[in-house]
Amino acid sequence: MKKSGGRLPKGFDSDTLVKLEMESNPECLCLVRATIERASEVLHFQESETRAIVRSVDEALANVMRHAYKGAPGRPIEIICRRVRSPGNGREPVGIEILLHDRGAKADPKKLKGRPLDEIRPGGLGLHFIRESMDVVEFSRKNGKNQLRLLKYLYPAAHKVRSVGE
Amino acid sequence: MKIAARESKGSTIFDVSGDIDLAHSPEMRKALLGEIKEKKVPKVFLNLRDVRYIDSSGIASLVEGLKASRDVGSRLILFGLSTSVREVMQLSRLQKIFEIYDSEEQALAS
Repeated sequence: MKKSGGRLPKGFDSDTLVKLEMESNPECLCLVRATIERASEVLHFQESETRAIVRSVDEALANVMRHAYKGAPGRPIEIICRRVRSPGNGREPVGIEILLHDRGAKADPKKLKGRPLDEIRPGGLGLHFIRESMDVVEFSRKNGKNQLRLLKYLYPAAHKVRSVGE
Repeated sequence: MKIAARESKGSTIFDVSGDIDLAHSPEMRKALLGEIKEKKVPKVFLNLRDVRYIDSSGIASLVEGLKASRDVGSRLILFGLSTSVREVMQLSRLQKIFEIYDSEEQALAS
């Protein structure tokens, strides 16, 4: 499957499966994990891929809480989980797209690069987990709102993890 | 997440269950570092058999525990890793850095 940058291939579209509004409270992360896990299963992702998707969303949310909101509780986060569908009569699901929105601080592009894994030290692994798991990882900001777009395709393909917005 | 400690021949075994995520990893970190740095227990075992999920903050706590154990000359040993936890250890390239065993028996015999 060809993809052009982070955009969906021509003719593909996505529809919303579930939209969650939460606050920046780490205790709520398990609720989101459960929802994303179930959504991934419904779209027929394999177990290992489902774990990867759940992990990515969870790490991304943790980053929003820690960095965008600097640990402040009670701040709004929106999660939109969408089903990517193929063109044509079948409209088969071909992937999952997850959008995370927050109104926290703008991400520092230097910090979006992650760190070398040969250093054995705590911290800095979340972004690596996300990039290893998802096919598209896009950071953007508009009207004071951060957006992180994550996309994973169902079918094995020569996808390179693409990060945009660094 | 729940964490319970028991003693075995001068060593401490932490039985951890549930999810080690941003909400709960500080508790595990505190327990680990307390045992290693303050009580100076020579061997600390982490039973992760009932841990369903671990995130990067949980891994960071484990790494802090490992570093602390090396600083004081003690050992931190993990056992009972689920598929999910093993995946995260491999993603972090830490599966060869930690002492990891399949079972408690193997871990205690090490």
